[in-house]
Amino acid sequence: MKPPAFSYHDPRNVADAVGLLGSLDNAKLLAGGQSLMPMLNMRYVLPDHVIDLNRVEGLDYIRDSNGALEIGAMTRQRDIEFSDLVRRRCPLMHEAIVQVGHRQTRNRGTLGGSLCHLDPAAELVSVAAALDAKVAVAGKNGARSIDFAAFPVAYMTPALEFDELLTGATFPCWPERHGHAFVEFSRRHGDFAIVSAAALLEEDGAGKVTRASLTLGGLGPAPVRARDAERALIGATIGDKRLREICEPLRKLDAVDDIHAPASYRQQLATVLSRRALLKAHERIAARARA
Amino acid sequence: MSEQRAIAVTVNGKRHEAAVPVRLTLADFLRHRLGLTGTHLGCEHGVCGACTILFDGYSARSCLMLAVQADGHDIMTVEGIATDAKTLHPLQEAFRDNHGLQCGFCTPGILTTLIELLRDNPDPTEADIRIGISGNLCRCTGYHNIVAAALDAAKRMRGA
Repeated sequence: MKPPAFSYHDPRNVADAVGLLGSLDNAKLLAGGQSLMPMLNMRYVLPDHVIDLNRVEGLDYIRDSNGALEIGAMTRQRDIEFSDLVRRRCPLMHEAIVQVGHRQTRNRGTLGGSLCHLDPAAELVSVAAALDAKVAVAGKNGARSIDFAAFPVAYMTPALEFDELLTGATFPCWPERHGHAFVEFSRRHGDFAIVSAAALLEEDGAGKVTRASLTLGGLGPAPVRARDAERALIGATIGDKRLREICEPLRKLDAVDDIHAPASYRQQLATVLSRRALLKAHERIAARARA
Repeated sequence: MSEQRAIAVTVNGKRHEAAVPVRLTLADFLRHRLGLTGTHLGCEHGVCGACTILFDGYSARSCLMLAVQADGHDIMTVEGIATDAKTLHPLQEAFRDNHGLQCGFCTPGILTTLIELLRDNPDPTEADIRIGISGNLCRCTGYHNIVAAALDAAKRMRGA
């Protein structure tokens, strides 16, 4: 298999990349290449121009900024995996990232590539939804920020104009004593999840939930926040019976049928994995309190 | 004619200069232009891991990179693991002694992956090895000898 013929551009800064995007017809941005390159090899995409971002300066960083993590679009998944800052401030992202592909793909794959490719079951996409991330975008008319909730506009389609590129994302961190869990079911280690559940919890001194975030990936065209369940969790004391009551209605979420699993199976996974993720998050709050 | 670019790449310690079509994958460059056919191509879409090389010391799938992206970078292929043509690397010896090659198709990708793994984690558990090579498919479907060889190699490389 060979990629189709295209013209190749390797700009050195964001302004030049934006300029190329705005002036070239049928151009594709190449980040880590772990999704675009297979699509080129199989000729699922036929761009006239490939704009390679790998030599663009200044898009590779992980920094702590006012209680949030700012991560550059070209930051390798490997660097997120081994970042102490991520592990400490955003343990959900750490737990998710080791389930992204394999060592060889995380060494190349990037945050921005994953968010823009927007596979419905991609772990980083779910993490961005779970944490209410904001994505930073550069375009001809300057920079703007988009709430991640509004970023997926359709199946694998980000809310970017044709001449815009994602430069990074900001992930608000939860307070130190929160609980987190990212659990997924896939056929093989490293595969995209059939369904994933990302849970974040805060509890008061009496063990009642004061804040909850629950995100399901793999059900539909983009991850969904289980808002009804999040509301039901507030004030609840986590236990097996209460979690079953809260998670059972997740079976009614819309889900897709495909070659990997029927919708009913995904809905079953949504209830089971949500329960497991919330329980794990709850247990981690207790473990942190003991530590 | 498709667009060409001049590149300079260091492969297994040797510098190569070439003009390449911009759409040429790194795997095809290594195999067809440099004749380094030890790097195998199985799926050509990033699933099987047979084409794994080390790119600036980090494992990567060479079917998912363009040769132009390697300009100015350092690559190691399976041919670069042994220090010379007569002496096997301890990792290769362990694979030979434990019958870890089997048909041999996936071996180049597994060896390059393990060079990185054992560099970063000289004393891995069996689980570490199994997760580490989970991106490398063996269609002889026998990972037992591969895992045994990797654990044996770790021991030899620690000098135990």
